[in-house]
Amino acid sequence: MYLKREEEKMLDGEYGEVLAKCMRLLVTVGELFEAKKLINVKSCHISGVSYKNIGDFGLKLLKEFTVENVRVKVKTTINPMGMDRSLWFKLNIDKDFAKKQFKILSLFNKIGARCECTCTPYLAGNKPKMGENIAWAETSAAIYANSVLAARTNRESGLSALASALTGKTPYYGYHLSENRKPTIHIKVKFKPLNQSELSILGYFIGKAFPNSVPIFSGLNVNNLDELKILGSGLASSGNIALYHVEEITPEAKIFSKKGLLKNLEKFEVSRFEIKRCLEELNSGEEDFNSIFLGCPHYSLTQLKNLSKSLNNKKIVKKFYVSTSKRVYAKAEKLGIISKILKCGGFVLRDTCMVVAPIEKFKIKGIITDSAKAAYYLKNMGFKVKVKSLEECVKFAVEN
Amino acid sequence: MRILRVKGRSLVKGESEGFALVTSQPISFFGGVNPKTGLIIEKGHELENAKITGKILVFPYGKGSSVGAYVIYSMAKLGTAPKAIINRETEVIIASGCALANIPLIDKLKKDPIKVIRTGDYVKILKNGLIEIRKKR
Repeated sequence: MYLKREEEKMLDGEYGEVLAKCMRLLVTVGELFEAKKLINVKSCHISGVSYKNIGDFGLKLLKEFTVENVRVKVKTTINPMGMDRSLWFKLNIDKDFAKKQFKILSLFNKIGARCECTCTPYLAGNKPKMGENIAWAETSAAIYANSVLAARTNRESGLSALASALTGKTPYYGYHLSENRKPTIHIKVKFKPLNQSELSILGYFIGKAFPNSVPIFSGLNVNNLDELKILGSGLASSGNIALYHVEEITPEAKIFSKKGLLKNLEKFEVSRFEIKRCLEELNSGEEDFNSIFLGCPHYSLTQLKNLSKSLNNKKIVKKFYVSTSKRVYAKAEKLGIISKILKCGGFVLRDTCMVVAPIEKFKIKGIITDSAKAAYYLKNMGFKVKVKSLEECVKFAVEN
Repeated sequence: MRILRVKGRSLVKGESEGFALVTSQPISFFGGVNPKTGLIIEKGHELENAKITGKILVFPYGKGSSVGAYVIYSMAKLGTAPKAIINRETEVIIASGCALANIPLIDKLKKDPIKVIRTGDYVKILKNGLIEIRKKR
């Protein structure tokens, strides 16, 4: 791999051991994927923030990254952590966990990362432009940046994104190259998804059927960014997918339609039948459900509005959690949406989500959610799950 | 003594030597290895209860959580890490961990390392991805 003089110096430790470590990581990953060089990035998003996930190993490692006072070179945001920083004591989170989580947060703060703790950084001031090279971890955020914003990123790990943030570099391979952004499978959608949960299942199903592909969807009438967000999160969770296109909708889709590339592409038709069967496979039985979890990925303002409308001041009688970012929360608070949801008896969580919080302490049995991604991860953790539409989730929440 | 030289792709550069510990099964460093003792703890793994500390560890590729990279790094700090890793074809978890910890890492050897290297062979990692295997008698 070719390195510029400056990059060589970093690698050789002339700027300290932290940058040498970062550079060694980027060069190793680059050589693994046969990258020819490093390129500059415009923004980074780091995962591996929850103490539940990275534990004492991660905490120690982060400490070592902060000893030389190296700071991030580009705009950098971080993923959800293990708790809401102002509500943790109400959520059965023990003091030791909170202490260590706050320590992790302070280390990210020290390197200059924006500590908004969200999986939707693009709704929290980190919104890359078309064609920009970035290094984003968090699979749902990376696929959104690639597909909806047409920025360019690989599916980074927490460590590689951290190394990119501190050096401002990433190896030039994968989705940074135009030739790898072409669709590899044409998905013809033969039904009209009724709601966001169906879109999320559609993504989950296609991801499972065509892992590591670049799907292009046709016949899919997506109306807004929330729908693209949830479709992508499904694709990314089950199939390692980092980029998709939707004809007539996503920015890069027309390049490929125009060039006539779709004609020779393998085709696959998907109907509601497949989606229903996939849903049955994902759902686990009927008994023991006592919780509802919404906000995977973090809810937008519109989604919070719809939730509050749907709740319509009814009393929630189950455990009810919805996650969003600090920034969206603040906007919703001004509009009176948060107080409405709280009055019904739900938790609105910032900074965190059910997937990265220590929810084994939340006295939860089965969880109903509107997101296939959440269901997939929670099921892997041993919880019973069911994916339902927002309306059905709300209905379950208020019924005795 | 029979000596074999095989070339591979050197991902984390460096020289090292030691006794080989070989498995045909992938390894998860997160949950599958105890970083304090250096023992493989995954139930039913071919190498369950084997100590990887100070060994030239040979396995096909890493598996499991990406937190495995943090574990490799911690092991290096604790002094329980293997001396070097040889993979059939490595992936990001092992590559990131070895890069941070500066543990020599080689993959894509001209011959399948899991077939040509046996546990107990003495392996030298030379420069540029060349390895020298002294077969155990």
